Parts: sequence; structure tokens; C-alpha cells
Amino acid sequence: MTGEDTRHLPLEDLHKAAGARFGAFAGWSMPLTYPPGVMKEHLHTREHAGLFDISHMKLFEVSGPGAAALLDRACPLDADALGISQSKYTFFLNEAAGIIDDLIVTRLGDDRFMVVANAGNAVEDEKHLRALAADFDAKIEPLDHVFLAIQGPEAWAALSRAGIETGSLLFMHGIEPRQNWFMSRSGYTGEDGFEIGLPEKDARDLVAILLGDERVQWIGLAARDSLRLEAGLCLHGQDLTPEIDPASAGLMWAIPKEVRASGHFIGADALRSIIERGPSQKRVGLKPDGRQPVRAGAALVDAGGNPAGHVTSGGFGPSSGHPVAMGFVNTGLAKAGTKLFADVRGAKIPVDVASLPFTPHRYRKG
Amino acid sequence: MAKTYFTEDHEWLRVEGGVATVGITDYAQEQLGDLVFVELPEIGRKLAKGDTAVVVESVKAASDVYAPVDGEITEANASLSADPSLVNSAATGDGWLWRMKLADEGQLDSLMDEAAYKAHIG
Repeated sequence: MTGEDTRHLPLEDLHKAAGARFGAFAGWSMPLTYPPGVMKEHLHTREHAGLFDISHMKLFEVSGPGAAALLDRACPLDADALGISQSKYTFFLNEAAGIIDDLIVTRLGDDRFMVVANAGNAVEDEKHLRALAADFDAKIEPLDHVFLAIQGPEAWAALSRAGIETGSLLFMHGIEPRQNWFMSRSGYTGEDGFEIGLPEKDARDLVAILLGDERVQWIGLAARDSLRLEAGLCLHGQDLTPEIDPASAGLMWAIPKEVRASGHFIGADALRSIIERGPSQKRVGLKPDGRQPVRAGAALVDAGGNPAGHVTSGGFGPSSGHPVAMGFVNTGLAKAGTKLFADVRGAKIPVDVASLPFTPHRYRKG
Repeated sequence: MAKTYFTEDHEWLRVEGGVATVGITDYAQEQLGDLVFVELPEIGRKLAKGDTAVVVESVKAASDVYAPVDGEITEANASLSADPSLVNSAATGDGWLWRMKLADEGQLDSLMDEAAYKAHIG
């Protein structure tokens, strides 16, 4: 059921016409699956190209002489070190180094950056950024765009057929290929792919061309979740929360060494002291034995029955062919191969700590 | 002659000789999506109407299937252990979930026939 405050995608009519089943997510009515179903949609994305409507996510343009400094304050980032068109996975942190949201920042020009934020945190993110911006000469502009993702090994070829050449665009880079368009080579599936923010009219034209290509299918939020989980990517609100810091989350690779040492980002002191004493828990992959999925919220115990951690995301991996999960475990139990047990409705399901991702990433890095 | 009944929770029961074969309807399997695991009940377990008999797991979520009437489990569909997708492809046939000996056949009177169920799901 969807409430009165539920927001609807600008292209909702297209999803209805495609036979989508809808569900609520982060305040939006979102297509969960289309007639082929989550399993086929997932596999289609890994084999061909999946088209996702991710207009629930928010694009912010941050510009002005103080834009880089503002982002360096809000995120553990050296925005000035980014080349034009370079993207960086980063976070908004609170004073305790907890993750308010995870984001991708792309440098569009000397004084212009694009920030892509999660749907569920968009309001909070904007408030947070605006409050910080008072001290900087920077403008924050939320964009009212349709946002599409096209993911999979044939995504580039489908875009090429649609007249959009991507040959020179590498993974984690973003450009403005047309007026009011933003396109990055990135995604949430572990596959090569693109995210494109664009005006609604352009989006309708592009979708029509893309769906005329037999390699391209609409893919719903259910497969988006199983794809990202297999790829070991975090979902904010589940795997990441304001109570979890980047060190515990195993995301320190996203923070450049100099920034860790001397950055002035919010939460810097807290993060340095967490690193110094070592995080007490760590995010890990979890591979349940057998066929039974282990879901978010399940408690984990070690072989002796002592509390070991908990599952934050779990489901079935259609490409892996077995259940997949991730969660947080006590640091001493975080080594791949460690045997743990998940409590599922009173039964103890054996799970192995596993390295992430479950499905190798196939990004186009060069 | 077997008679088929339906519940508001989208289960079907085919009753013959005091034993009901129970499954979920085609409508229900469509709502759930691709099933990847079915937690089957133990033979001999006594169930009261409304008890969770089976848990069906899709890629994304786990859902309970309730006992539609009182009774005792006599059989579980073991082929679902190897191929849970039978529930999707043949919800009202090979994808049946369990068989139960009915404790009180009078309880069947409160269930729907096919025409009433079709009206129920609109």
C-alpha cells in the first residue's frame, strides 16, 4: 500500500505500460519487478543490458569558488585533486564519523561538482549541505531530472546504437554530453554501465530508442538489490547507517591517505581515533550453507554460541546460484573462511565469512 | 471426488478422503516472485488454523504460509527442496506444499470455492 505522501516517478506511465509491479521504497512508488521476474531480470543485466529508472535518487550540483572547500568539509575528500570528469565514491559523515549517506561526487569543471545521493537521505543531505554552505562561497542546486541507469556488458553498445558514444569515458568518470545531461560510467551492479541524468522529454526519447534494442530490458528494484548484493556494494539504511563509520564498513579505500592524515572533514578526529584503536566490528561477505537465504536482521553466533555480529543484507544471488549476504562481525571473526551460524526462525544456519564481491566486478577501467 | 477450496490468504486445498493437499494460488506465486527456498514442515506436526506451516522464500523476502484449517501434516512436497520454482511454474499442481489430515471437516464450510476466490482477488 502506498500513502498519500508517496512520490511517483516521472516515467511511471512507461513502467505501468511495461507491466511493472510496484512497491514503496524510500518514500517512492518504485517498479519492483517486470513480467520476466527478478531472476530473469538479474541474469539479463549480467548477460546483456538492464535499464533501471533510478529517478528516486537525487542529483545536486554544487558550484562556486568555495565548492571544493565545502565538499572537503562535508566529505573525507580532496575535491581539488579530482581531475575534470573524475568521480569519487565518498560519504557525508557526522561528528562521530558515522555515515549520513554514501555518495558519488564528480568534478564537472573548475568550480562545479555533481553529487549523486540516495533517495532515502536526499532531504537530510540537502539540509546538511545547506547548513555547511553558510561558511562557503558555494551554491547548491538540486536538479529535477529523470535519472536512468543502463548496466551490463552490452550497455555501451546499446547507447552507441542510440547515438551516444561512450568509448572515451572510463569507469568512475562523468561528463555532460548534451545540454542538461549528466552521464557517468558507474553503477550499482558490478557490471560495466552508465548512469544518465537528463530532462524528462529527452529521457522519454532515449528510453524509446533503448527499448527498441532487443539487448535492453527494464529491470526493477528487486534485481537492483540482488545485483548490488552480489557485487558486494552497500545499501545505505541497511549496511551503512549513521552509527557505522567507514573503517568498520571496510570502505577506507574511498578516503585518500593524505585526507585521512590531515583532512578537515567533519568526523576527522573521530575517524582517526577509530583507526588508531581499530574498529570493533567489520563488514564482511557471508555465504550461507545450502539453499536457505539468511536475511537482514538475523543474529550471528560463533561456533561456541557467542554473539558474533548480525546480517545487514541477505537474499539469493541468481548469478552466484546460492544465497548471499553481508553483515558485521567482531573484528576477530572477519577473516574469510571463518565459520559462523545465523539464527533463522530459531534454526542455526551455518554461514562462512566470504570475501566480497560474490560476482567479480567487470568495470571498464581503461 | 476431490473438492477444491480457497482461503483469503491465497491458499488452495484439494480435499479427498479427509486429507487436504495444500498449496498457494497462482495469484500468490505471482505476488511473491521467483521462489528460491521452501521450508517444509515436519511430518506428524499438528497445526491449528492460522499456524505457520511453511515458509516460502523469494529472492527478496520470506513469507509465511498458514494452515488454513486444523490438522496433522502427513506429507511434505520433497521435490520442492531440489526445485522450489515448481511453486511458480505449477502453483496448483506439482508445486503443492503439504498434505494434512483434517481434524474437523466442518471448518471447510468457511472457505471459498473457486468462483468466490476469483471475485476475492478481483
